[in-house]
Amino acid sequence: MKLLVAVKRVIDYNVKPRVKADQTGIDLANVKMSMNPFDEIAVEEAIRLKEKGVASEIVAVSIGPAKAQEMLRTALAMGADRAILVQTEDEVEPLAVAKILAKIAGEEQPGLFILGKQAIDDDSNQTGQMLAALLGWPQGTFASKVEFDGTESVSVTREVDGGLETVKLNLPAVVTTDLRLNEPRYASLPNIMKAKSKPLAQKTPADYGVETASRLTVLKVVEPPKRTAGIKVGSVDELIDKIRETGVIG
Amino acid sequence: MKTLVLVEHEEGQLKDATLGTVTAASKLGEVHLLVAGEGVGGVADQAAKIAGVGKVHVADDAAYGHGLAENVAPLVAKLMEEHDAFLAPATTTGKNIAPRVAALLDVMQISDILSVEDQDTFTRPIYAGNAIATVKSSDAKKVITVRTTAFEKAARDGGSGEIEAVSGSGDQGLSSFVGAEIAHSERPELTSAKIIVSGGRALGSGEAFHQYIEPLADKLGAAVGASRAAVDAGYVPNDYQVGQTGKVVAPELYVAIGISGAIQHLAGMKDSKTIVAINKDEDAPIFQVADIGLVGDLFKVVPELTEKL
Ligand SMILES: Cc1cc2nc3c(=O)[nH]c(=O)nc-3n(C[C@H](O)[C@H](O)[C@H](O)COP(=O)(O)OP(=O)(O)OC[C@H]3O[C@@H](n4cnc5c(N)ncnc54)[C@H](O)[C@@H]3O)c2cc1C
Ligand SMILES: Nc1ncnc2c1ncn2[C@@H]1O[C@H](COP(=O)(O)O)[C@@H](O)[C@H]1O
Repeated sequence: MKLLVAVKRVIDYNVKPRVKADQTGIDLANVKMSMNPFDEIAVEEAIRLKEKGVASEIVAVSIGPAKAQEMLRTALAMGADRAILVQTEDEVEPLAVAKILAKIAGEEQPGLFILGKQAIDDDSNQTGQMLAALLGWPQGTFASKVEFDGTESVSVTREVDGGLETVKLNLPAVVTTDLRLNEPRYASLPNIMKAKSKPLAQKTPADYGVETASRLTVLKVVEPPKRTAGIKVGSVDELIDKIRETGVIG
Repeated sequence: MKTLVLVEHEEGQLKDATLGTVTAASKLGEVHLLVAGEGVGGVADQAAKIAGVGKVHVADDAAYGHGLAENVAPLVAKLMEEHDAFLAPATTTGKNIAPRVAALLDVMQISDILSVEDQDTFTRPIYAGNAIATVKSSDAKKVITVRTTAFEKAARDGGSGEIEAVSGSGDQGLSSFVGAEIAHSERPELTSAKIIVSGGRALGSGEAFHQYIEPLADKLGAAVGASRAAVDAGYVPNDYQVGQTGKVVAPELYVAIGISGAIQHLAGMKDSKTIVAINKDEDAPIFQVADIGLVGDLFKVVPELTEKL
Protein backbone atom coordinates (compact mmCIF):
# COMPACT_ATOMS: atom_id res chain seq x y z
CA MET A 1 0.00 0.00 0.00
CA LYS A 2 1.19 3.47 -0.85
CA LEU A 3 1.06 6.26 1.74
CA LEU A 4 0.90 9.97 1.01
CA VAL A 5 2.00 12.50 3.60
CA ALA A 6 1.44 16.28 3.46
CA VAL A 7 4.11 18.51 4.94
CA LYS A 8 3.93 22.27 5.30
CA ARG A 9 6.78 24.73 5.75
CA VAL A 10 5.95 26.92 8.74
CA ILE A 11 7.61 29.15 11.32
CA ASP A 12 9.62 27.05 13.79
CA TYR A 13 7.57 26.36 16.89
CA ASN A 14 10.27 27.80 19.15
CA VAL A 15 10.15 31.22 17.50
CA LYS A 16 7.90 33.90 18.92
CA PRO A 17 5.99 35.36 15.97
CA ARG A 18 6.16 39.14 15.52
CA VAL A 19 3.46 41.15 13.84
CA LYS A 20 4.71 43.46 11.07
CA ALA A 21 4.49 47.15 11.82
CA ASP A 22 2.35 47.76 8.73
CA GLN A 23 -0.20 45.19 10.02
CA THR A 24 -0.05 43.08 6.85
CA GLY A 25 1.05 39.87 8.53
CA ILE A 26 3.82 38.19 10.48
CA ASP A 27 7.43 39.13 9.90
CA LEU A 28 9.06 36.01 8.48
CA ALA A 29 12.25 37.63 7.15
CA ASN A 30 15.26 35.81 8.61
CA VAL A 31 13.04 33.70 10.84
CA LYS A 32 13.77 30.01 11.32
CA MET A 33 11.32 27.86 9.35
CA SER A 34 10.67 24.16 9.89
CA MET A 35 8.35 21.34 9.01
CA ASN A 36 5.01 21.78 10.79
CA PRO A 37 5.36 19.66 13.98
CA PHE A 38 2.16 17.70 13.30
CA ASP A 39 3.53 16.82 9.85
CA GLU A 40 6.69 15.38 11.40
CA ILE A 41 4.34 13.13 13.34
CA ALA A 42 2.59 12.25 10.07
CA VAL A 43 5.88 11.34 8.37
CA GLU A 44 6.93 9.28 11.40
CA GLU A 45 3.65 7.37 11.38
CA ALA A 46 4.05 6.57 7.70
CA ILE A 47 7.57 5.30 8.29
CA ARG A 48 6.41 3.09 11.16
CA LEU A 49 3.69 1.63 8.95
CA LYS A 50 6.31 0.87 6.33
CA GLU A 51 8.58 -0.70 8.94
CA LYS A 52 5.66 -2.88 10.05
CA GLY A 53 5.23 -4.03 6.48
CA VAL A 54 1.80 -2.43 6.09
CA ALA A 55 3.03 0.18 3.61
CA SER A 56 5.32 -0.23 0.64
CA GLU A 57 6.04 3.33 -0.43
CA ILE A 58 5.86 6.78 1.17
CA VAL A 59 5.42 9.94 -0.89
CA ALA A 60 5.77 13.33 0.83
CA VAL A 61 4.00 16.33 -0.71
CA SER A 62 4.36 20.02 -0.01
CA ILE A 63 2.75 23.07 -1.53
CA GLY A 64 4.80 26.18 -1.05
CA PRO A 65 7.85 28.19 -2.08
CA ALA A 66 11.08 26.70 -3.45
CA LYS A 67 12.41 26.60 0.11
CA ALA A 68 9.77 24.03 1.05
CA GLN A 69 12.18 21.59 -0.63
CA GLU A 70 14.13 21.63 2.63
CA MET A 71 11.14 20.21 4.50
CA LEU A 72 10.68 17.55 1.83
CA ARG A 73 14.37 16.64 2.11
CA THR A 74 13.84 16.28 5.85
CA ALA A 75 10.92 13.93 5.20
CA LEU A 76 13.10 11.96 2.78
CA ALA A 77 15.90 11.83 5.33
CA MET A 78 13.48 10.52 7.94
CA GLY A 79 12.47 7.72 5.57
CA ALA A 80 10.05 8.85 2.86
CA ASP A 81 10.83 7.38 -0.56
CA ARG A 82 10.11 10.31 -2.84
CA ALA A 83 8.66 13.77 -2.77
CA ILE A 84 6.53 16.17 -4.76
CA LEU A 85 6.88 19.93 -4.44
CA VAL A 86 4.00 21.94 -5.84
CA GLN A 87 5.79 25.22 -6.10
CA THR A 88 4.18 28.62 -5.75
CA GLU A 89 5.27 31.82 -4.11
CA ASP A 90 1.63 32.72 -3.34
CA GLU A 91 -0.13 31.94 -0.08
CA VAL A 92 -2.33 28.92 -0.73
CA GLU A 93 -5.39 28.48 1.47
CA PRO A 94 -6.43 25.11 2.92
CA LEU A 95 -9.26 24.68 0.38
CA ALA A 96 -6.88 25.07 -2.57
CA VAL A 97 -4.25 22.92 -0.81
CA ALA A 98 -6.90 20.23 -0.37
CA LYS A 99 -7.82 20.46 -4.06
CA ILE A 100 -4.21 20.01 -5.14
CA LEU A 101 -3.73 17.12 -2.70
CA ALA A 102 -6.93 15.52 -4.02
CA LYS A 103 -5.55 15.66 -7.57
CA ILE A 104 -2.29 14.08 -6.40
CA ALA A 105 -4.24 11.38 -4.57
CA GLY A 106 -6.06 10.70 -7.85
CA GLU A 107 -2.75 10.13 -9.62
CA GLU A 108 -0.98 8.24 -6.86
CA GLN A 109 -3.88 6.14 -5.51
CA PRO A 110 -2.64 5.82 -1.92
CA GLY A 111 -4.33 3.64 0.69
CA LEU A 112 -3.93 6.34 3.30
CA PHE A 113 -3.26 10.08 3.15
CA ILE A 114 -1.75 11.37 6.40
CA LEU A 115 -1.75 15.07 7.30
CA GLY A 116 -1.16 17.08 10.44
CA LYS A 117 -4.26 18.13 12.35
CA GLN A 118 -3.26 21.77 12.27
CA ALA A 119 -0.63 24.01 10.76
CA ILE A 120 0.85 26.10 13.58
CA ASP A 121 0.89 29.27 11.45
CA ASP A 122 -2.70 29.63 10.20
CA ASP A 123 -4.13 27.33 12.92
CA SER A 124 -6.90 26.41 10.47
CA ASN A 125 -7.34 22.74 11.30
CA GLN A 126 -9.26 22.01 8.12
CA THR A 127 -7.12 20.76 5.22
CA GLY A 128 -7.40 17.04 6.01
CA GLN A 129 -11.16 17.16 6.49
CA MET A 130 -11.54 19.07 3.22
CA LEU A 131 -9.34 16.60 1.38
CA ALA A 132 -11.43 13.71 2.68
CA ALA A 133 -14.63 15.44 1.53
CA LEU A 134 -13.26 16.16 -1.95
CA LEU A 135 -12.18 12.54 -2.37
CA GLY A 136 -15.32 11.10 -0.78
CA TRP A 137 -13.10 9.23 1.69
CA PRO A 138 -13.62 8.76 5.42
CA GLN A 139 -11.52 10.79 7.86
CA GLY A 140 -9.82 9.94 11.13
CA THR A 141 -8.96 13.33 12.59
CA PHE A 142 -6.78 14.09 15.66
CA ALA A 143 -5.41 10.54 15.67
CA SER A 144 -3.52 9.12 18.64
CA LYS A 145 -3.47 5.55 17.31
CA VAL A 146 -3.72 4.06 13.82
CA GLU A 147 -4.19 0.31 13.41
CA PHE A 148 -4.80 -1.55 10.19
CA ASP A 149 -7.36 -4.33 10.16
CA GLY A 150 -6.15 -6.13 7.04
CA THR A 151 -6.22 -4.20 3.78
CA GLU A 152 -9.85 -3.13 3.84
CA SER A 153 -10.04 -0.84 6.83
CA VAL A 154 -8.16 1.05 9.49
CA SER A 155 -9.09 1.77 13.13
CA VAL A 156 -8.25 5.26 14.29
CA THR A 157 -8.34 6.38 17.92
CA ARG A 158 -9.08 10.09 18.08
CA GLU A 159 -8.36 12.65 20.79
CA VAL A 160 -11.72 14.30 21.41
CA ASP A 161 -12.83 16.88 23.98
CA GLY A 162 -14.27 14.23 26.29
CA GLY A 163 -11.40 11.74 26.01
CA LEU A 164 -10.77 9.19 23.27
CA GLU A 165 -12.95 7.77 20.52
CA THR A 166 -12.25 4.98 18.07
CA VAL A 167 -13.69 4.82 14.57
CA LYS A 168 -13.27 2.28 11.82
CA LEU A 169 -12.67 3.68 8.35
CA ASN A 170 -12.87 1.97 4.99
CA LEU A 171 -9.73 2.37 2.91
CA PRO A 172 -8.65 4.55 1.27
CA ALA A 173 -8.90 7.11 4.06
CA VAL A 174 -7.51 10.38 5.39
CA VAL A 175 -5.88 10.57 8.82
CA THR A 176 -4.79 13.74 10.64
CA THR A 177 -2.27 13.44 13.45
CA ASP A 178 -2.47 14.60 17.04
CA LEU A 179 0.49 15.09 19.38
CA ARG A 180 0.39 11.71 21.08
CA LEU A 181 0.42 9.53 17.95
CA ASN A 182 4.19 9.03 18.11
CA GLU A 183 7.49 10.76 18.76
CA PRO A 184 9.15 11.63 15.47
CA ARG A 185 12.71 10.43 14.94
CA TYR A 186 15.64 12.63 14.00
CA ALA A 187 17.21 11.95 10.65
CA SER A 188 20.71 10.52 10.94
CA LEU A 189 23.59 12.10 9.05
CA PRO A 190 23.98 9.20 6.60
CA ASN A 191 20.25 9.34 5.91
CA ILE A 192 20.42 13.09 5.34
CA MET A 193 23.14 12.44 2.75
CA LYS A 194 21.14 9.64 1.15
CA ALA A 195 18.03 11.83 0.97
CA LYS A 196 19.81 14.20 -1.38
CA SER A 197 19.60 11.67 -4.17
CA LYS A 198 16.01 10.58 -3.57
CA PRO A 199 13.57 11.74 -6.27
CA LEU A 200 11.85 15.10 -5.78
CA ALA A 201 9.39 16.08 -8.52
CA GLN A 202 8.64 19.75 -9.13
CA LYS A 203 5.15 20.80 -10.12
CA THR A 204 2.97 23.89 -10.08
CA PRO A 205 -0.69 24.35 -9.08
CA ALA A 206 -1.45 24.88 -12.79
CA ASP A 207 -0.20 21.34 -13.51
CA TYR A 208 -3.15 20.15 -11.46
CA GLY A 209 -5.54 22.74 -12.87
CA VAL A 210 -6.21 24.19 -9.44
CA GLU A 211 -7.04 27.88 -9.05
CA THR A 212 -5.28 29.19 -5.93
CA ALA A 213 -6.78 32.67 -5.64
CA SER A 214 -7.72 33.40 -2.03
CA ARG A 215 -11.29 33.29 -0.82
CA LEU A 216 -10.35 35.04 2.40
CA THR A 217 -8.70 38.43 2.18
CA VAL A 218 -6.61 39.42 5.16
CA LEU A 219 -7.54 43.03 5.90
CA LYS A 220 -5.13 43.41 8.77
CA VAL A 221 -3.10 41.53 11.33
CA VAL A 222 -2.60 43.02 14.77
CA GLU A 223 -1.13 41.99 18.09
CA PRO A 224 -3.59 40.64 20.61
CA PRO A 225 -4.36 42.77 23.66
CA LYS A 226 -1.23 42.57 25.78
CA ARG A 227 -1.28 41.12 29.26
CA THR A 228 1.19 42.72 31.57
CA ALA A 229 2.94 41.03 34.42
CA GLY A 230 1.15 41.64 37.69
CA ILE A 231 2.53 41.37 41.18
CA LYS A 232 4.60 38.76 42.94
CA VAL A 233 3.57 37.81 46.43
CA GLY A 234 5.90 36.56 49.14
CA SER A 235 3.77 34.02 50.95
CA VAL A 236 0.76 31.74 50.67
CA ASP A 237 -1.22 34.01 53.01
CA GLU A 238 -0.59 36.98 50.77
CA LEU A 239 -1.53 34.87 47.74
CA ILE A 240 -4.85 33.97 49.34
CA ASP A 241 -5.56 37.62 50.17
CA LYS A 242 -4.86 38.68 46.60
CA ILE A 243 -7.02 35.92 45.15
CA ARG A 244 -9.83 36.90 47.54
CA GLU A 245 -9.56 40.50 46.34
CA THR A 246 -10.57 39.37 42.85
CA GLY A 247 -13.89 38.27 44.29
CA VAL A 248 -13.82 34.90 42.55
CA ILE A 249 -13.61 33.02 45.82
CA GLY A 250 -15.29 33.88 49.07
CA MET B 1 -28.97 36.25 6.51
CA LYS B 2 -30.17 32.82 7.59
CA THR B 3 -27.73 30.89 9.72
CA LEU B 4 -27.59 27.23 10.73
CA VAL B 5 -25.88 26.35 14.01
CA LEU B 6 -24.70 22.84 14.84
CA VAL B 7 -25.98 21.92 18.30
CA GLU B 8 -23.32 20.23 20.43
CA HIS B 9 -24.78 17.64 22.75
CA GLU B 10 -23.77 14.63 24.78
CA GLU B 11 -25.88 12.03 26.52
CA GLY B 12 -29.09 13.92 26.01
CA GLN B 13 -27.75 17.25 27.23
CA LEU B 14 -27.24 20.32 25.11
CA LYS B 15 -23.74 21.60 25.77
CA ASP B 16 -22.71 25.14 26.64
CA ALA B 17 -20.51 25.38 23.54
CA THR B 18 -23.75 25.70 21.56
CA LEU B 19 -24.72 28.88 23.40
CA GLY B 20 -21.72 31.02 22.43
CA THR B 21 -22.11 29.80 18.87
CA VAL B 22 -25.75 30.93 18.84
CA THR B 23 -24.63 34.40 19.96
CA ALA B 24 -22.07 34.55 17.14
CA ALA B 25 -24.73 33.45 14.64
CA SER B 26 -27.22 36.03 15.90
CA LYS B 27 -24.77 38.75 14.86
CA LEU B 28 -25.14 37.53 11.28
CA GLY B 29 -28.89 37.09 11.14
CA GLU B 30 -31.70 34.66 11.85
CA VAL B 31 -30.58 31.65 13.91
CA HIS B 32 -31.71 28.15 12.99
CA LEU B 33 -30.33 25.09 14.72
CA LEU B 34 -29.46 21.56 13.69
CA VAL B 35 -29.70 18.74 16.18
CA ALA B 36 -28.24 15.60 14.64
CA GLY B 37 -28.06 12.35 16.58
CA GLU B 38 -29.94 9.31 17.71
CA GLY B 39 -32.73 9.69 20.26
CA VAL B 40 -32.27 13.43 20.40
CA GLY B 41 -35.84 14.56 21.01
CA GLY B 42 -34.88 15.87 24.45
CA VAL B 43 -31.96 17.81 23.04
CA ALA B 44 -34.27 19.35 20.43
CA ASP B 45 -36.58 20.52 23.22
CA GLN B 46 -33.65 22.13 25.03
CA ALA B 47 -32.49 23.70 21.76
CA ALA B 48 -35.90 25.19 21.03
CA LYS B 49 -35.82 27.03 24.37
CA ILE B 50 -32.58 28.90 23.66
CA ALA B 51 -33.35 32.61 23.51
CA GLY B 52 -33.72 33.98 20.02
CA VAL B 53 -33.71 30.79 17.97
CA GLY B 54 -36.01 30.19 15.02
CA LYS B 55 -36.36 26.78 13.50
CA VAL B 56 -34.76 23.70 15.10
CA HIS B 57 -34.01 21.06 12.47
CA VAL B 58 -33.85 17.61 14.01
CA ALA B 59 -32.20 14.69 12.22
CA ASP B 60 -32.86 11.70 14.45
CA ASP B 61 -31.16 8.69 12.92
CA ALA B 62 -28.69 6.01 14.06
CA ALA B 63 -26.37 7.19 11.26
CA TYR B 64 -25.88 10.49 13.12
CA GLY B 65 -25.62 8.84 16.54
CA HIS B 66 -21.91 9.30 17.03
CA GLY B 67 -21.53 12.47 15.02
CA LEU B 68 -19.54 10.78 12.25
CA ALA B 69 -18.45 13.58 9.90
CA GLU B 70 -18.89 11.35 6.85
CA ASN B 71 -22.63 11.12 7.60
CA VAL B 72 -23.35 14.51 9.17
CA ALA B 73 -21.54 16.69 6.60
CA PRO B 74 -23.79 15.77 3.63
CA LEU B 75 -26.85 16.41 5.82
CA VAL B 76 -25.55 19.89 6.65
CA ALA B 77 -24.60 20.55 3.03
CA LYS B 78 -28.16 19.76 1.98
CA LEU B 79 -29.65 22.06 4.63
CA MET B 80 -27.27 24.78 3.48
CA GLU B 81 -29.26 25.06 0.25
CA GLU B 82 -31.63 27.11 2.39
CA HIS B 83 -29.15 28.86 4.70
CA ASP B 84 -26.40 31.40 4.16
CA ALA B 85 -24.01 30.53 6.96
CA PHE B 86 -23.14 27.38 8.90
CA LEU B 87 -21.61 27.83 12.33
CA ALA B 88 -20.22 25.15 14.62
CA PRO B 89 -18.43 25.56 17.94
CA ALA B 90 -14.66 25.07 17.62
CA THR B 91 -14.84 21.85 19.64
CA THR B 92 -13.42 18.57 18.39
CA THR B 93 -16.91 17.78 17.01
CA GLY B 94 -17.21 21.10 15.19
CA LYS B 95 -13.64 21.00 13.92
CA ASN B 96 -14.21 17.51 12.55
CA ILE B 97 -17.45 18.27 10.71
CA ALA B 98 -17.33 21.91 9.56
CA PRO B 99 -14.36 21.72 7.16
CA ARG B 100 -15.94 18.69 5.52
CA VAL B 101 -19.09 20.75 4.97
CA ALA B 102 -17.00 23.66 3.64
CA ALA B 103 -15.33 21.47 1.03
CA LEU B 104 -18.69 20.00 -0.06
CA LEU B 105 -19.94 23.57 -0.57
CA ASP B 106 -16.64 24.72 -2.12
CA VAL B 107 -16.09 27.47 0.43
CA MET B 108 -13.11 28.36 2.56
CA GLN B 109 -13.87 27.87 6.24
CA ILE B 110 -13.23 30.71 8.66
CA SER B 111 -11.79 28.92 11.69
CA ASP B 112 -12.13 29.82 15.34
CA ILE B 113 -13.65 33.30 15.00
CA LEU B 114 -13.32 35.77 17.87
CA SER B 115 -15.73 38.37 16.53
CA VAL B 116 -18.17 39.16 13.76
CA GLU B 117 -17.31 42.55 12.19
CA ASP B 118 -19.92 42.39 9.46
CA GLN B 119 -21.59 39.72 7.32
CA ASP B 120 -18.33 38.94 5.51
CA THR B 121 -15.68 40.04 7.97
CA PHE B 122 -14.41 38.26 11.06
CA THR B 123 -11.43 38.25 13.38
CA ARG B 124 -9.54 35.09 14.22
CA PRO B 125 -6.35 34.14 16.06
CA ILE B 126 -3.34 32.91 14.09
CA TYR B 127 0.16 31.82 15.15
CA ALA B 128 -0.96 30.45 18.52
CA GLY B 129 -2.87 33.62 19.27
CA ASN B 130 0.22 35.79 18.85
CA ALA B 131 -1.66 37.69 16.17
CA ILE B 132 -5.26 38.46 15.40
CA ALA B 133 -6.21 38.56 11.73
CA THR B 134 -9.21 40.39 10.32
CA VAL B 135 -10.38 38.40 7.32
CA LYS B 136 -13.03 39.07 4.72
CA SER B 137 -14.68 36.17 2.98
CA SER B 138 -15.69 36.36 -0.67
CA ASP B 139 -17.66 33.10 -0.54
CA ALA B 140 -21.41 33.45 -0.99
CA LYS B 141 -22.07 30.95 1.82
CA LYS B 142 -20.04 31.02 4.99
CA VAL B 143 -18.74 28.09 6.99
CA ILE B 144 -17.45 29.16 10.38
CA THR B 145 -16.16 27.62 13.59
CA VAL B 146 -16.56 29.74 16.69
CA ARG B 147 -14.25 30.21 19.65
CA THR B 148 -17.06 30.05 22.14
CA THR B 149 -15.17 31.70 25.00
CA ALA B 150 -15.11 34.88 22.91
CA PHE B 151 -18.90 35.21 22.86
CA GLU B 152 -21.48 35.63 25.59
CA LYS B 153 -23.62 32.56 26.12
CA ALA B 154 -27.15 32.84 24.76
CA ALA B 155 -29.75 32.22 27.47
CA ARG B 156 -30.92 28.64 27.82
CA ASP B 157 -34.52 29.77 28.12
CA GLY B 158 -36.91 32.31 26.71
CA GLY B 159 -36.94 30.95 23.19
CA SER B 160 -39.70 29.11 21.41
CA GLY B 161 -38.11 27.62 18.34
CA GLU B 162 -40.19 25.55 15.99
CA ILE B 163 -39.03 21.92 15.84
CA GLU B 164 -38.96 20.33 12.41
CA ALA B 165 -37.81 16.82 11.55
CA VAL B 166 -35.37 16.55 8.66
CA SER B 167 -33.74 13.60 7.04
CA GLY B 168 -30.51 13.30 5.13
CA SER B 169 -28.85 10.58 3.18
CA GLY B 170 -28.01 8.70 6.39
CA ASP B 171 -25.13 6.26 6.58
CA GLN B 172 -22.61 6.84 3.79
CA GLY B 173 -21.05 3.44 4.46
CA LEU B 174 -17.56 4.91 4.84
CA SER B 175 -16.99 4.75 8.57
CA SER B 176 -18.35 3.34 11.78
CA PHE B 177 -18.10 4.06 15.47
CA VAL B 178 -16.17 1.45 17.45
CA GLY B 179 -16.03 2.79 20.99
CA ALA B 180 -15.10 5.64 23.28
CA GLU B 181 -13.31 6.21 26.53
CA ILE B 182 -15.01 9.28 27.86
CA ALA B 183 -14.01 10.37 31.33
CA HIS B 184 -16.83 11.15 33.73
CA SER B 185 -15.95 13.58 36.41
CA GLU B 186 -17.79 15.23 39.26
CA ARG B 187 -15.75 18.33 38.57
CA PRO B 188 -16.90 21.17 36.32
CA GLU B 189 -16.02 20.88 32.65
CA LEU B 190 -12.77 22.54 31.61
CA THR B 191 -14.17 24.76 28.87
CA SER B 192 -17.01 26.18 30.93
CA ALA B 193 -15.50 26.24 34.43
CA LYS B 194 -15.26 29.45 36.45
CA ILE B 195 -12.01 28.34 38.06
CA ILE B 196 -9.29 26.07 36.64
CA VAL B 197 -6.28 24.60 38.40
CA SER B 198 -3.65 23.32 35.94
CA GLY B 199 -0.52 21.32 36.55
CA GLY B 200 2.61 20.89 34.47
CA ARG B 201 5.64 18.73 34.03
CA ALA B 202 6.95 19.77 37.46
CA LEU B 203 4.49 17.39 39.14
CA GLY B 204 6.68 14.52 38.00
CA SER B 205 4.08 11.76 38.20
CA GLY B 206 0.40 10.95 37.96
CA GLU B 207 0.35 10.23 41.70
CA ALA B 208 1.75 13.67 42.50
CA PHE B 209 -0.76 15.28 40.16
CA HIS B 210 -3.50 13.47 42.01
CA GLN B 211 -2.07 14.31 45.40
CA TYR B 212 -1.25 18.00 44.89
CA ILE B 213 -3.46 19.40 42.12
CA GLU B 214 -6.77 17.66 42.69
CA PRO B 215 -7.34 18.55 46.38
CA LEU B 216 -6.73 22.22 45.55
CA ALA B 217 -9.16 22.00 42.64
CA ASP B 218 -11.74 20.36 44.90
CA LYS B 219 -11.34 23.07 47.51
CA LEU B 220 -11.93 25.73 44.85
CA GLY B 221 -14.68 23.87 43.03
CA ALA B 222 -12.41 24.07 40.02
CA ALA B 223 -11.87 22.09 36.84
CA VAL B 224 -8.48 20.49 36.34
CA GLY B 225 -6.25 21.24 33.36
CA ALA B 226 -2.70 20.41 32.34
CA SER B 227 0.13 21.36 30.04
CA ARG B 228 1.05 19.21 27.08
CA ALA B 229 4.14 18.00 28.92
CA ALA B 230 1.98 16.63 31.77
CA VAL B 231 -0.32 14.89 29.29
CA ASP B 232 2.52 13.48 27.18
CA ALA B 233 4.13 12.10 30.32
CA GLY B 234 0.89 10.31 31.12
CA TYR B 235 0.10 12.10 34.40
CA VAL B 236 -3.40 12.91 33.11
CA PRO B 237 -5.49 12.04 30.04
CA ASN B 238 -5.40 14.02 26.79
CA ASP B 239 -8.66 15.84 27.44
CA TYR B 240 -6.94 17.87 30.19
CA GLN B 241 -4.61 19.65 27.77
CA VAL B 242 -4.95 23.41 27.60
CA GLY B 243 -3.30 25.26 24.73
CA GLN B 244 -2.93 26.08 21.05
CA THR B 245 -3.60 22.51 20.12
CA GLY B 246 -5.67 21.50 23.14
CA LYS B 247 -8.55 23.31 24.79
CA VAL B 248 -8.95 27.04 24.86
CA VAL B 249 -10.25 28.27 28.18
CA ALA B 250 -11.09 31.66 29.67
CA PRO B 251 -12.15 31.16 33.28
CA GLU B 252 -12.37 33.88 35.89
CA LEU B 253 -9.41 32.34 37.68
CA TYR B 254 -6.65 30.18 36.19
CA VAL B 255 -4.02 28.75 38.53
CA ALA B 256 -0.91 27.46 36.70
CA ILE B 257 1.23 25.22 38.88
CA GLY B 258 4.66 24.06 37.72
CA ILE B 259 3.95 25.23 34.17
CA SER B 260 6.65 27.26 32.40
CA GLY B 261 4.34 29.23 30.12
CA ALA B 262 5.36 28.17 26.60
CA ILE B 263 3.55 30.14 23.87
CA GLN B 264 1.53 27.05 22.98
CA HIS B 265 0.22 26.84 26.52
CA LEU B 266 -0.43 30.59 26.81
CA ALA B 267 -2.49 30.40 23.59
CA GLY B 268 -5.05 28.36 25.48
CA MET B 269 -5.39 30.38 28.69
CA LYS B 270 -4.22 33.95 28.32
CA ASP B 271 -7.76 35.28 28.04
CA SER B 272 -8.48 34.14 31.60
CA LYS B 273 -9.62 37.00 33.81
CA THR B 274 -7.11 36.44 36.60
CA ILE B 275 -4.01 34.27 36.21
CA VAL B 276 -2.15 32.92 39.22
CA ALA B 277 1.23 31.23 38.72
CA ILE B 278 3.19 29.10 41.13
CA ASN B 279 6.66 28.26 39.86
CA LYS B 280 10.04 27.83 41.50
CA ASP B 281 11.80 29.70 38.69
CA GLU B 282 11.27 33.44 39.07
CA ASP B 283 12.15 33.92 35.40
CA ALA B 284 9.56 31.47 34.08
CA PRO B 285 7.64 33.09 31.18
CA ILE B 286 4.33 32.31 32.89
CA PHE B 287 5.06 35.23 35.27
CA GLN B 288 4.94 37.63 32.30
CA VAL B 289 1.21 37.01 31.98
CA ALA B 290 0.33 36.22 35.58
CA ASP B 291 -1.59 38.76 37.64
CA ILE B 292 -0.45 37.15 40.86
CA GLY B 293 2.76 35.15 41.05
CA LEU B 294 4.32 33.13 43.81
CA VAL B 295 7.89 31.92 43.42
CA GLY B 296 8.25 28.71 45.34
CA ASP B 297 8.35 24.94 45.42
CA LEU B 298 4.90 23.66 44.58
CA PHE B 299 5.33 20.62 46.79
CA LYS B 300 5.47 22.98 49.78
CA VAL B 301 3.27 25.81 48.59
CA VAL B 302 0.32 23.91 47.18
CA PRO B 303 -0.51 21.83 50.30
CA GLU B 304 -0.30 25.00 52.41
CA LEU B 305 -2.59 26.83 50.00
CA THR B 306 -5.09 23.97 49.94
CA GLU B 307 -5.15 23.82 53.72
CA LYS B 308 -5.55 27.55 54.29
CA LEU B 309 -8.28 28.14 51.75
C1 LIG C 1 3.01 21.56 17.83
C2 LIG C 1 3.04 21.81 19.30
C3 LIG C 1 1.86 21.99 19.96
C4 LIG C 1 1.85 22.20 21.34
N1 LIG C 1 0.65 22.38 21.96
C5 LIG C 1 0.63 22.60 23.28
C6 LIG C 1 -0.60 22.81 23.99
O1 LIG C 1 -1.69 22.81 23.39
N2 LIG C 1 -0.55 23.00 25.33
C7 LIG C 1 0.64 23.02 26.02
O2 LIG C 1 0.60 23.18 27.25
N3 LIG C 1 1.80 22.83 25.39
C8 LIG C 1 1.82 22.61 24.05
N4 LIG C 1 3.03 22.38 23.44
C9 LIG C 1 4.23 22.18 24.28
C10 LIG C 1 4.90 23.45 24.77
O3 LIG C 1 5.79 23.92 23.79
C11 LIG C 1 5.69 23.14 26.06
O4 LIG C 1 6.62 22.13 25.79
C12 LIG C 1 4.81 22.68 27.22
O5 LIG C 1 3.72 23.58 27.41
C13 LIG C 1 5.65 22.61 28.50
O6 LIG C 1 4.90 22.11 29.58
P1 LIG C 1 5.28 22.48 31.09
O7 LIG C 1 5.20 23.95 31.25
O8 LIG C 1 4.44 21.64 31.95
O9 LIG C 1 6.76 21.94 31.21
P2 LIG C 1 8.14 22.72 31.34
O10 LIG C 1 8.30 23.69 30.25
O11 LIG C 1 9.18 21.69 31.53
O12 LIG C 1 7.98 23.58 32.66
C14 LIG C 1 7.96 23.05 33.94
C15 LIG C 1 7.99 24.23 34.90
O13 LIG C 1 7.87 23.76 36.23
C16 LIG C 1 8.73 24.51 37.06
N5 LIG C 1 9.03 23.68 38.22
C17 LIG C 1 9.81 22.58 38.29
N6 LIG C 1 9.80 22.05 39.53
C18 LIG C 1 9.00 22.84 40.27
C19 LIG C 1 8.58 22.80 41.62
N7 LIG C 1 8.98 21.85 42.47
N8 LIG C 1 7.75 23.77 42.06
C20 LIG C 1 7.31 24.76 41.22
N9 LIG C 1 7.68 24.82 39.93
C21 LIG C 1 8.52 23.87 39.46
C22 LIG C 1 9.92 24.83 36.21
O14 LIG C 1 10.57 26.01 36.69
C23 LIG C 1 9.28 25.04 34.84
O15 LIG C 1 8.96 26.40 34.62
C24 LIG C 1 3.06 22.21 22.06
C25 LIG C 1 4.27 22.04 21.38
C26 LIG C 1 4.26 21.85 20.02
C27 LIG C 1 5.56 21.68 19.31
N1 LIG D 1 0.86 24.15 1.89
C1 LIG D 1 0.75 22.91 2.36
N2 LIG D 1 1.52 21.91 1.89
C2 LIG D 1 1.43 20.66 2.36
N3 LIG D 1 0.59 20.30 3.34
C3 LIG D 1 -0.20 21.24 3.86
C4 LIG D 1 -0.18 22.59 3.41
N4 LIG D 1 -1.09 23.28 4.12
C5 LIG D 1 -1.66 22.41 4.98
N5 LIG D 1 -1.13 21.18 4.82
C6 LIG D 1 -1.45 19.95 5.58
O1 LIG D 1 -2.68 20.15 6.26
C7 LIG D 1 -2.49 20.08 7.67
C8 LIG D 1 -3.46 20.99 8.38
O2 LIG D 1 -3.26 22.33 8.01
P1 LIG D 1 -4.31 23.49 8.30
O3 LIG D 1 -5.63 23.00 7.83
O4 LIG D 1 -3.80 24.66 7.50
O5 LIG D 1 -4.27 23.75 9.78
C9 LIG D 1 -1.02 20.36 7.88
O6 LIG D 1 -0.56 19.78 9.08
C10 LIG D 1 -0.40 19.69 6.65
O7 LIG D 1 -0.31 18.29 6.83
